[in-house]
Amino acid sequence: MQGLDFSVVLPYSGILWMGVWWTVVLTVSSAVVSFIFGIVFAVTLLYAPKIVTYPVRSFIWLFMGTPLLLQLFLIYYGLVQIGIDIPALAAGIIGLGLHFAVYNADILRAGIVAVDPGQAEGARSIGFSRLQTLRYVVVPQAVRNTAPPIGSNMIALLKESSLVSVIGIAELVHAAQLGISETFRPFEFYLTAAALYYILNLVLEAGLRRVERKVEVSR
Amino acid sequence: MDLALMQRVFPFFLEAALVTIQISALALGLGLVVAALAASAKLSRSAPLRMIGTVYVSVWRGTPCLIQLFILYFGGPQIGINLEPFAAGVIGLGMNIGAYMAESIRGAVLAVDRGQAEAARTIGFGRLDTMRRVILPQAARLMIRPLGVNAVALVKGSALVSTISVIEMTYTAQRFIGSTYKPFEIFAVAALLYMIIVYAVARTVDLIDKRYEIV
Repeated sequence: MQGLDFSVVLPYSGILWMGVWWTVVLTVSSAVVSFIFGIVFAVTLLYAPKIVTYPVRSFIWLFMGTPLLLQLFLIYYGLVQIGIDIPALAAGIIGLGLHFAVYNADILRAGIVAVDPGQAEGARSIGFSRLQTLRYVVVPQAVRNTAPPIGSNMIALLKESSLVSVIGIAELVHAAQLGISETFRPFEFYLTAAALYYILNLVLEAGLRRVERKVEVSR
Repeated sequence: MDLALMQRVFPFFLEAALVTIQISALALGLGLVVAALAASAKLSRSAPLRMIGTVYVSVWRGTPCLIQLFILYFGGPQIGINLEPFAAGVIGLGMNIGAYMAESIRGAVLAVDRGQAEAARTIGFGRLDTMRRVILPQAARLMIRPLGVNAVALVKGSALVSTISVIEMTYTAQRFIGSTYKPFEIFAVAALLYMIIVYAVARTVDLIDKRYEIV
């Protein structure tokens, strides 16, 4: 048993900040992917012909029933096996993005169904095509109404982004591990990383609250 | 699809599934105890207790479970806590899910109509009796679903303990992917078993919910 000494972390602050930066990049990119695919999945499930909804439904079912870590292994090693050699970072973004897209799709689908049918009828009667109605009338309202639950998915995404350290992406956990490999001080480094995640989390929560307020006011 | 390979690895996965089930069940038990304590602390009249509950829930929900496991398992020896991977996994997962379950319990207690407590107090129930005989029986019914969602998340979250070398399903999957280079086949086997467990948990929650349905 050795005493704790947090000053060992200081020389590594540059590396840890890079880790924070990459965690932010990873979270934001995956959030965008999860949002876009969430809308695509939700619209597909609701409006596409059965032959298209079936594979999407099985995909959602599969990704909801299995752990993210397992999915990351599948994507990272699976893509290489079928001849797509992508960098680990891209695999991480795809993995995180698709995992949360599935959960976002569930929320967005409920959001789309909850939009007053009069909205779509109105848009159609003034000459909007089906696609235009979805794009300009129904989906924007659905997104607005589902902002809080999608926001909490994004908070989960920030924390789950730590998992991609296992496929070798140099984000915050990985940065901490680099320091540990040279100093053998896991407690200090992981606790520092935890504190940084906590701060990121608070910042994200505050940001989401602002977005939610904005969305509410303009209604 | 290499079916022969899937058949060959299946027994290893069955054994690993047992570890996943054990670790999830133990973590669920620990989580419920921790959650009950944390929720009571957050709902308590004493300010210091409320603060302890709030800080615990906020910190454990505000940081990644992976880091919590790493601090406990890799950092633990530095502060004199030496745990086997399995024990560290149960404690780490249990403390983490406990923070989420605390909010499920608290939410259910707060969702019970205030008039119930007021009426109980009016006819002479003490605070404790009001909680025990009036609020909790009603809240228990309301917390079944949210706690069920937490339990399903816990089963999937148990994959994290593979990183502290508990030989459960994801650890086994990772090892076989590394040695066979057949990620799709291995994923299919692991996914099948995970889905069976998740489905079983979800069904159990459904049954409990039905059993206590108010008709």
